[in-house]
Amino acid sequence: MSLTDQDVNHVARLARLSLTEEERVRMRTQLGKILDHIAALNKYDTADVPPTSHVVAQPNTGREDDPRVFDNIEGILAGAPDKEDVFFKVPKVIE
Amino acid sequence: MSLHETTAREIANQVRSRKTSARKVAEHFLSRARKHDKTFKAFLSLDEDATRAQAEAVDERVLAGKDPGPLAGVPVAIKDNMCVRGQRTTCASKILENYVAPYDGTAIEKLKRAGAVLFGKTNLDEFAMGSSTENSGFGATRNPWDPSRVPGGSSGGSAAAVAARLAPLALGSDTGGSIRQPAALCGVVGMKPTYGRVSRFGLVAFASSLDQIGPFAWNVEDAALLLSVVSGYDPKDATSVDRPVPDFLSTIAGGAKGLRIGLPKEYFIEGMDPEVESAVRRAVKTFESLGARVTDVSLPHTDAGLSVYYVLAPSEASSNLARFDGVRYGLRSQKAGNLLELYERSRAEGFGPEVKRRIMLGTYALSSGYYDAYYLKAQKVRTLIRRDFEKAFENVDVLLTPTSPTPAFKAGEKADDPLQMYLSDVFTISCNLAGLPGLSLPCGFSSGGLPIGLQIMGRPFEEDRVLGAARAFETATDFIRIPGGL
Repeated sequence: MSLTDQDVNHVARLARLSLTEEERVRMRTQLGKILDHIAALNKYDTADVPPTSHVVAQPNTGREDDPRVFDNIEGILAGAPDKEDVFFKVPKVIE
Repeated sequence: MSLHETTAREIANQVRSRKTSARKVAEHFLSRARKHDKTFKAFLSLDEDATRAQAEAVDERVLAGKDPGPLAGVPVAIKDNMCVRGQRTTCASKILENYVAPYDGTAIEKLKRAGAVLFGKTNLDEFAMGSSTENSGFGATRNPWDPSRVPGGSSGGSAAAVAARLAPLALGSDTGGSIRQPAALCGVVGMKPTYGRVSRFGLVAFASSLDQIGPFAWNVEDAALLLSVVSGYDPKDATSVDRPVPDFLSTIAGGAKGLRIGLPKEYFIEGMDPEVESAVRRAVKTFESLGARVTDVSLPHTDAGLSVYYVLAPSEASSNLARFDGVRYGLRSQKAGNLLELYERSRAEGFGPEVKRRIMLGTYALSSGYYDAYYLKAQKVRTLIRRDFEKAFENVDVLLTPTSPTPAFKAGEKADDPLQMYLSDVFTISCNLAGLPGLSLPCGFSSGGLPIGLQIMGRPFEEDRVLGAARAFETATDFIRIPGGL
């Protein structure tokens, strides 16, 4: 399967990844080869086969909506790339 | 006999009975790690002071007459994709290079309660994506049997640390073979439990329908001990399963008499290493001599496994890794003008080539118009693979296969060819797709002295039977060895 430059650019934007020109070229070839391999799935007839969404059959589980205070808020904030008070800072979003 | 030549059980017994102290055990393994890890690079970090402090706390409990737990003073190395509070948790990725986990994962909490001493964070393929531990953002790990070769992956650091006897036990994670394949290539025991057996709270998610945490050990009994400690339902992981956890150590002594073993013909394929095949065939003979009954079985959709995996795992990864955006933690690009650039550049600077490749593949497969052709199709073929196993397990108790088609390969050999690298997981992937428990243990050596692994798979939640079969084989054979010079 061959991908175009536009395909690669479109997917990279969806994935929020900026690619160098070299990466773009390499992605085109490598993804194409992997997709060729994956195309082998088409030889299996799955018209009447349900998808497996969970390997161990389990009833849907819920839990109480029970808010708790996390015991290490400083630990979380210590990892912030940029912060002010207890807020994470990002570049201006709204002009 | 030196501590690294005994067993984890023996170490715990000695600490509990005060024949040795947890502090002495810690010093022994710290000094081995200092001496040997320059060669193998199994560890990404090893905080000596934190290790000593934990060991001393265990000794205080012993001296106070309190029960220190079943892993009293036993060092356990942790794959660096599991959160240990106050320790760096990098996933071997530049994007998390300076991330310090603010909490303990559930498996880590359980280890602490059992008296274990958390012993460093081990190297992996970035975000557990790979089969050789060469995809690490911080340098490759090498195989203790031959440092020119890879340890396998993605839990290569944990496998190498246990194989080189730098730690008696380790935890890894297994999404498509990432515990069993490196266990095979490093000549140790490694097990992926049933999907849902061990809580994944605190494990950085790669492919959520496949990931499981499991043990590495020097022998089957130690693996059973560690698995018993970390297993069990956890309300913090909605996929963990609420059912009783057997004491695996007490269930493994039954032997192999009457055990019904299936040999799936699709796992003995053209092109596999002849020494691997003959070692596995000899292992089958050993089981027969122990009273097991061996029959041929067929898993006809085996050859679809790799394709199914390389749709599902990257798709789920592309979604899970969306959280790494440079906003709340991790690397943030300094070259971004607006928020979109901040996402795109932080991720471009932080992720390595294999992670980018899988994010791109997964994003493509899930993008508008392709969902039915890729993800849904793969989930349907996954059902066919699962049904193959259900059918086979109507007539047999366990399945025996090679773990990996070859012994450890040379560093660099497959690094530039993703498809070749993916093929080294061809025998381990289906087990994850079907959610089954699977174990690898040493079953021989190549003429070049490299270990060869035997894989044993069982029905869901029948870890006891898998471990029992492995224990019977281990007792009858002599393949647990220490690499030369260690």
